[in-house]
Amino acid sequence: MTVSTADDPIKLAEFEARLERGETIEPKDWMPEKYRKQLIRMMSQHAHSEIVGMLPEGNWITRAPSLRRKMVLLAKVQDEGGHGLYIYCGTETLGIDREELVEQLLTGKAKYSSIFNYPTLTWADIGVIGWLVDGAAIVNQTMLAKTSYGPYARAMIRICKEENFHKRQGYEICTVMAKGTPAQRAMVQDAVNRWWWPSLMMFGPSDGTSPNSAELLRWRVKRETNDALRQRFVNLTIPQAQAIGLTVPDPDLRYNAETENWEFGAIDWAEFQAVISGNGPCNRERMAARRKAHDDGAWVREAAEAHAAKQAARSREHAA
Amino acid sequence: MSSETQWPLWEVFTQEGDAAPHEHAGSVHAVDAEHAMQNARDVYARRGKVVSLWVVPTASITASSPGDAGPLFDPGSDKAYRHPQFYKSPRGVKIF
Amino acid sequence: MTESKSGASRAAGVAAAGPTAGIAGNPLFEYLCRLGDDRLVLGHRLSQWAGHAPILEEDIALSNFALDFVGQAAALLKLAGEVEGQGRDEDALAYHRDENEFRNVQLVELPRGDFGFTIVRQYLFDAFDVLFLDRLVKSRHEVLAGIAAKALKEARYHVRHSGEWVVRLGDGTEESHRRMQGALDELWSYTTELFVADAVDATMMEQGIGVDLASLKAPWEITVRETLARATLAVPNDQRVVRGGRLGRHSEHLGHMLAEMQILPRSHPGAQW
Repeated sequence: MTVSTADDPIKLAEFEARLERGETIEPKDWMPEKYRKQLIRMMSQHAHSEIVGMLPEGNWITRAPSLRRKMVLLAKVQDEGGHGLYIYCGTETLGIDREELVEQLLTGKAKYSSIFNYPTLTWADIGVIGWLVDGAAIVNQTMLAKTSYGPYARAMIRICKEENFHKRQGYEICTVMAKGTPAQRAMVQDAVNRWWWPSLMMFGPSDGTSPNSAELLRWRVKRETNDALRQRFVNLTIPQAQAIGLTVPDPDLRYNAETENWEFGAIDWAEFQAVISGNGPCNRERMAARRKAHDDGAWVREAAEAHAAKQAARSREHAA
Repeated sequence: MSSETQWPLWEVFTQEGDAAPHEHAGSVHAVDAEHAMQNARDVYARRGKVVSLWVVPTASITASSPGDAGPLFDPGSDKAYRHPQFYKSPRGVKIF
Repeated sequence: MTESKSGASRAAGVAAAGPTAGIAGNPLFEYLCRLGDDRLVLGHRLSQWAGHAPILEEDIALSNFALDFVGQAAALLKLAGEVEGQGRDEDALAYHRDENEFRNVQLVELPRGDFGFTIVRQYLFDAFDVLFLDRLVKSRHEVLAGIAAKALKEARYHVRHSGEWVVRLGDGTEESHRRMQGALDELWSYTTELFVADAVDATMMEQGIGVDLASLKAPWEITVRETLARATLAVPNDQRVVRGGRLGRHSEHLGHMLAEMQILPRSHPGAQW
């Protein structure tokens, strides 16, 4: 792996020319340090988000209201673990171990998506997370499937394939509840009211204020701007809400026939900043749960390795 | 031995269907080959399709380096005589 | 293992009213509920690991186990509802029966404990399950035999995975060995209930539908003892016999589990989800 602190200008020009031609960068290829760092930051944030994202939905596995819903939710939470795993492995190709990545999450050095710091209060939240949160994630991940770093793009392609059912099952839950009893209807509308704005925030700050956007776009790590993706998500989602008789909590929402966009109101970026920097409703619980799983599992990880070492020694003895 | 271990890395190759080649699917962490096989099964074969698995310690893989791409691969690209289209046969004659 | 009277009374839910108490007029329905409830309760306990396992790979593996068991439970309880013929489907049976109507063994209802406890319980059950299902595939009840055939494939993988973990952790570090031996000591007496046959089992055997439980005990012990030896774990000398689960007499843990599991359908009667 090539590591240089001051990037060679000739190599940099070659690298950028490759990106210009639409080529994919592979682990052993030369890359600017900044590209590597940006990818590690972005990919590990993505992986951490999948892992922490298991918690809010996992909160309802034991209370799913039918055996079918229980299996679907469990399979979905399991997928999130799998997706975290794929992306961690992709990140490891950049020369960083999963030990270190996990450490960065547990010490609070690395960030994860702010959305998972909101609580899941009713069963309707499970529907709305599938519909809105996974819906937003799919818009983002479809773009990332064309990212310039090969291992990331390949992980995204696998994830997009698998995640197809996540949004559908969520929208199905919402559809059933929206047609259900008055209590169910109120529950699902309340969940939309709580999750709508945090879902829009998932695309990150507006392009003008996003600290990393320009560079990530230039290096084709990201292929579209945060704002463009957010708009696509809103345009997709509003007709889905209308179809099942739900509303989104935005008095400024209106359709612009000329641009064919659903224009939406101002996002509360102060809330976003607060949640991202650790002061959301569930930041502490989420991190505490991850740390507990990690600490409680330390003896298992250690013992498995100790056993493998014993076995290897025994087979060496046997061979000798 | 550190309690911070996430175990060694293994590369996973899956065969999706009879007669298909084994293709790289991704990686898992595991302490030995049987463990890697099980983890690969749980992570990469949970949606059916897979009929066979290979697991290889990542450390055992030797990969070509991009700097060698020229000498390793370019000489293969101008040997037109390796391709059937290079040869002419009389019109109307079935070769195969 | 012989039944010790004092031991039996210490264990929760002793079958004081005789072997046929609590059995309705439909032994096949009873039988299917027993099979289904074992899997539902165990699957539920396993599902509690999703997001909390020692390492990511194991989050995924335990979720696979849980999915297999809940899937088996759904198929078995669906069939139970059809056999009963009173319009109850698998969800009605899972969500609208009370604790004393559940027919699972107590082994599966104990809280998940630490990873070692989960693994030991799992292995003890899996080793039984492979033997049991291997007989059940020959059932004269075609639908049941079909469910068993699918479950048997899953069970063969389960026992491989949990068995390897028993060895790995038993023969790992001092701490892992201590934890595994502790879990084994705690769980051992609960396995007795897996092999206790009563009138329902006898009827099912007579009809060529069910399995001869008593005949599974010896092969189970051979397999388990072999694995425990590899794991450097000692077979507990615990003469207690736990029973009662098959008749709806459980430990204190099941009620809490069901209160959580059944909350939504119970608090919104008639709602669809």
